[in-house]
Amino acid sequence: MLQDKDRIFTNLYGQQSWRLEAARKRGDWDNTKAILDKGQDWIIDEMKKSGLRGRGGAGFPTGMKWSFMPKQSDGRPSYLVVNADEGEPGTCKDRDMMRHDPHKLIEGCLVAGFAMRAIAAYIYIRGEFYREAENLQGAIDEAYAAGLIGKNACGSGFDFDVYIHRGAGAYICGEETALIESLEGKKGQPRLKPPFPANMGVWGCPTTVNNVESIAVAPTILRRGGDWFAGIGRPNNTGTKVFCISGHVNKPCNVEEEMGIPLKELIEKHAGGVRGGWDNLLAIIPGGSSVPLLPKSICDDVLMDFDSLRAQRSGLGTAAVIVMDKSTDVVRAIARLSKFYKHESCGQCTPCREGTGWMWRVMERLVQGRAEKREIDMLLEVTTQVEGHTICALGDAAAWPIQGLIRHFRGEIERRIDSYHSGQPVMPAAAE
Amino acid sequence: MSGVHIAPPEQQPATFAFTAENLELAKKHIAKYPAGRQRSAVMPLLDIAQRQHDNWVPQAAIRYIAEMLDTPVIKVLEVASFYTMYNLAPVGRHFVQVCTTTPCWLAGSDKVLSACKKHLGINPGETTPDGQFTVIEVECLGACVNAPMLQYNDDFFEDLNEENTGKILEAIKRGEKPKPGPQNGRLSSEPLGGATTLTTFNPAASAGGNDD
Repeated sequence: MLQDKDRIFTNLYGQQSWRLEAARKRGDWDNTKAILDKGQDWIIDEMKKSGLRGRGGAGFPTGMKWSFMPKQSDGRPSYLVVNADEGEPGTCKDRDMMRHDPHKLIEGCLVAGFAMRAIAAYIYIRGEFYREAENLQGAIDEAYAAGLIGKNACGSGFDFDVYIHRGAGAYICGEETALIESLEGKKGQPRLKPPFPANMGVWGCPTTVNNVESIAVAPTILRRGGDWFAGIGRPNNTGTKVFCISGHVNKPCNVEEEMGIPLKELIEKHAGGVRGGWDNLLAIIPGGSSVPLLPKSICDDVLMDFDSLRAQRSGLGTAAVIVMDKSTDVVRAIARLSKFYKHESCGQCTPCREGTGWMWRVMERLVQGRAEKREIDMLLEVTTQVEGHTICALGDAAAWPIQGLIRHFRGEIERRIDSYHSGQPVMPAAAE
Repeated sequence: MSGVHIAPPEQQPATFAFTAENLELAKKHIAKYPAGRQRSAVMPLLDIAQRQHDNWVPQAAIRYIAEMLDTPVIKVLEVASFYTMYNLAPVGRHFVQVCTTTPCWLAGSDKVLSACKKHLGINPGETTPDGQFTVIEVECLGACVNAPMLQYNDDFFEDLNEENTGKILEAIKRGEKPKPGPQNGRLSSEPLGGATTLTTFNPAASAGGNDD
């Protein structure tokens, strides 16, 4: 188990003030100049050494991502964009970092921006996080006033600005190229890649988009060394991670733990266990709404990291653990996610625009059992026609939860269809 | 995205202009973006317009912002109709958004909705006859470990049940300002009853707690 001395987000819960003075006492902004003085290559090497993989869901190695940025400008400036458009159902970790530990993110912007030779960071925060944006702006103002960012940031000779851009309600803007479009003042519709943002991102300039957590952990990694971070967790799945545990647990919570902690231990140690005990568990969505759910038999001993969950045909995603006990109408729980993806499809690609609505409508019928059994395979087939056939991953994200449901709960779907045809339909259950 | 409701012509004001104070604020936002990229400020400017105009954006404001940013009107309308937070028709002064996505649903968001129905007499998507309250159902608001929750204007109310939702709504009706955040006694997202981590740090070392 991770010890407090190895936790990065020491004010995750807001037990202390978020302001600069308190943040400094927690170690933020402690001789940041010394980090910058070591140079861009040292920073990127250290980040690579840490093994940090992007915390926004895809798990791409952060240090490598930074290294894709041009080392020589062709006249265009470079930008760091922070993805704070947290909206993956189940996920609420970036919110805590921004409202309670904003200086970690701002300091992270400076060191990351410096390493990639950017002139500014734009933090794209979801519009609903109004109070969080207030704290973050307050912290940015403090950092400017103290000379930590802006001209000659931390006395390093490096000029760097940090701005907030508030979103306005669109899950799709969490996709990096949709986010860039939105930052340019357009509808958030993803771009075709290539060109990749590192070549042509916001305003046609080299851009790196990183999740809040990926950036906020950087200063601590650079202070304590990449080896320290790499020593936590397992190879290729290193470091600490903030998990969000919601649903049918006794004490839902956010908690920073070691990557690779067993799922059961995570829930029992921090979230007070599954409601009614572990044996009352039905299934868990381990990484935010986009990843396939896991039945209890897999949850019993699976580890919470990228590779372990991938091996179970699911994923770590954002590490948002959504727990469902045996009282759950699991078909309805997934159907509600289908509705979510239908609502959030940007409408640009036909398979997603039409497919998400189609899949949702079939799912609604499956909730009641008002279907034929052959439609289960037809639905599965349609999910594969959406998956991989769209510009961005929203189509995949809409397909995977349904695939997971059919993989693990086909029997439950068939039971409902039988009940419906026998004249005794299953009544959709209320939750809680 | 879902269907967009634009107020009919008879509800639309003929003109719109920022107040002097909001004009200054708008200029500050425009200045955040590189020269010639002023169109990037369309979202903050729409937000300012909505806050100035009773929480909805009239078509006159869309034309006004388009002119200010030297952008075609349709490009501003496109943005205003794409993002769900811009209201293009009047809503109640008290704007209640109930999250019903799976994590909130698992935790009982149906009961939050039924409390809204019971205390305000309206279903999601409706406004009270006096025009004071609007309730809508929304997708994940990103406070899932404090589910179920709702957003009231700019604030999150978390760890709800039927009873405390009712109390909040009644307090708002009486003109009071109920305290946002978790309604079950916890500070934020720590486990109820006390954190299982960060216990070897002494919160008192940095007295003052979670100020504002």
